[in-house]
Amino acid sequence: MSDYNKIINDLAPKKFNKLGIIWITVLSIVSIAGIIAYIDQIIRGMEVTNLRDYALWGIYISNFVFFVATSFVGALTAAILRLTHKNWRTPLVRIAEIVAVACIAMAGVTIILDMGRPDRLYNLFLHPRLQSPITWDVLIIMVYLTFSILLLYIPSIPDFAILKKHYHDKPFLRKLYGILAINWKGTEKQIRIHQKSIQVLAVTMIPLALQLQTIDAWLFSTTYRVGWDSTNFGPYFIAGAFVAGTGALVTTVFMVREFYKLHDYITEKHFDKMGRLLVFACLVYLYFNINEYLIPAFKSTLGEVDHLEEMFFGKFAWMFWIVVFGGLILPTILLMFKKMRKPLPMFIIAVVVVVTSWGKRYVIVTPSMLHPFLPIQGVPESWYHYIPSLHEWLITSATLTLALLIITFLIRFIPVIPIQRTIDERGITKPTNDQNL
Amino acid sequence: MNDKSKNSRRSFLDKSLKLGLLGIVGGVVVSKLVDANAQEGEKVKVLTQDGKLVEVDSTAINKVSHGSHAIDYKVREGYQGRKFVMVIDLAKCKNALKCVDSCNKAHHINTPNAWLKVYKMQDSKLSSPYWLPSLCNHCDHPPCVTVCPVDATFKRRDGIVLIDNERCIGCRFCMAACPYSVRVFNWGDPNQPEIDSEHQYTADHGGLPSQVGTVDKCDFCPHQIEKEELPHCVTACPTGVYYFGDIYEDTVSNGDETLKLSKLLKDKAGYRLLEGLGTSPSVYYLPPVDRLVDFHDADFNFEQVKFKASSNTETK
Repeated sequence: MSDYNKIINDLAPKKFNKLGIIWITVLSIVSIAGIIAYIDQIIRGMEVTNLRDYALWGIYISNFVFFVATSFVGALTAAILRLTHKNWRTPLVRIAEIVAVACIAMAGVTIILDMGRPDRLYNLFLHPRLQSPITWDVLIIMVYLTFSILLLYIPSIPDFAILKKHYHDKPFLRKLYGILAINWKGTEKQIRIHQKSIQVLAVTMIPLALQLQTIDAWLFSTTYRVGWDSTNFGPYFIAGAFVAGTGALVTTVFMVREFYKLHDYITEKHFDKMGRLLVFACLVYLYFNINEYLIPAFKSTLGEVDHLEEMFFGKFAWMFWIVVFGGLILPTILLMFKKMRKPLPMFIIAVVVVVTSWGKRYVIVTPSMLHPFLPIQGVPESWYHYIPSLHEWLITSATLTLALLIITFLIRFIPVIPIQRTIDERGITKPTNDQNL
Repeated sequence: MNDKSKNSRRSFLDKSLKLGLLGIVGGVVVSKLVDANAQEGEKVKVLTQDGKLVEVDSTAINKVSHGSHAIDYKVREGYQGRKFVMVIDLAKCKNALKCVDSCNKAHHINTPNAWLKVYKMQDSKLSSPYWLPSLCNHCDHPPCVTVCPVDATFKRRDGIVLIDNERCIGCRFCMAACPYSVRVFNWGDPNQPEIDSEHQYTADHGGLPSQVGTVDKCDFCPHQIEKEELPHCVTACPTGVYYFGDIYEDTVSNGDETLKLSKLLKDKAGYRLLEGLGTSPSVYYLPPVDRLVDFHDADFNFEQVKFKASSNTETK
């Protein structure tokens, strides 16, 4: 078998093995439980959540912010690394785009879960008000989703053409890839258009991604709330997305590498590079965190003091410090050592980073809700606090498992590592007698 | 004469926007037609806005219809030429909570989401505590209206901020944006069996009915204004804490006494909540001086109630 065919054989999507089936089953069970919980929420109203008039946004919104942040990975690798000509990105780009598409799609779903009247969603288009940050958010999410899908699809076209040939004896797959390949022949003209399209998409992606994160930040900073009323919020969210996105990328890349035995294509060098990137992301985010917390603490105005005391020493302190130490400081220190930038330690660190990134969004959203300007009085005692209900946990878990399912199924049908590009980069020529695949 | 010139100026502004020059001509003709039945030469005594008694020809007077819906009344526009205002005299409040009860009753609030709440307040450790009735401030720069993505909550020309519960999508951004925390959400079924299911909902009578998954708040009682009556909280208060009125008429009334708004605010150092935010509320507060009732509440906890404002409302 020639190198050419070996690469195709290695990189063509594979059927799920036993482990894969178990993985999908578990994810499906959680997703179905969440969907049932959501149906119950629709029937009984949002009283099934523990959200109330003061804690009016909770884990649905923090989960939404998490998804939006994680989707930043698409722009990061596909656009920023592309434009800076970092060639080591090649085997990672496709995975990053798959993660981005899944996350931004689920972000759109998650925001609907938080709505009291999802049946009136059409009002967003029937009576839109351009001055509302929510309208901006709806627009940017739709645009970003479209561009993410295009940035996943268009670079994959040559691979689909290869796969169409590869599966010439399997009618369903041949047909599927035939449609997806939209008659790609690899002619000079096609390659030129193809390259140009990807270039345009990649360049467009950067402002879009920055806008997406910034608008997400503005949902909070356009209010007067203590802890949100900050001019720092836009870049703060971008930096946070950088961390969450890189963490999600490392996690997914590691799992894909182990599942599909792609050690020849995703090497330790790639983990080393991603480790350095994660250190950089954490340091930038740390810088914004210092701005966000220490400057208000320095001034200690009456409103800020309550908020910050609860954060530093009060009931959110455990979460806050786990997020700061476990999610930012510790990864930065550990990943400075070369030994820690090996695949397995990187994976463990990245999982911690992703989990704490989720917690970070919770710490941003919830405590501010419980510190309004006027005192919380005249409501039942239970409204003074917020602990998510079972419904909220089930529904939130389901959004996470659904995102993983989307990733899993995309990986099933789209080659996770660009085949054509790998062939080109390795300088392998197509054997002339390719009938004997 | 003032009335006359004021009216034609308003109709000028109003109509010139829509119809331009034709509108002005039309407006003049219409106003003449309306007064056609008045007898010429008859003098009528009227009080001007600055309190002077003057005599004008009866033909020069346009009758302003207060109350009952004028022909051009629209729920989203409100009463033309009016601007409602409330004054709350904190010195008089003794936490009788009759306002809360009557408000809840009139708006069919059967859940813990009262629109009107009375807070225990204490601005600093050394100053004495007081009761602070809190309701929608009907801001002139309402942050809630700015952030609404579907135009469900809106500001009317007469100053009232309302919610269209048939359009609200329940995103609760307005609640997050409101610095006064006056908005409430129908988390579950509003539990209003007493409301006739045939009842036609309009945004100017909040709570009739409330709808699950949407936001509610104090509506400043346009349904009372229509009947030329004061809002429920005003009439229910046994100590006359609440005054309601029209800023253009410069008068407010608590049912027992009618006062000149500008003088009242000047004499008693009226202020608004969180003035520093620039929301420009329509609700004024008179400082809690010479309180009728002392707090004998031993467990009054300063920490729990302190005013966490970043603005200048803490003085006095």
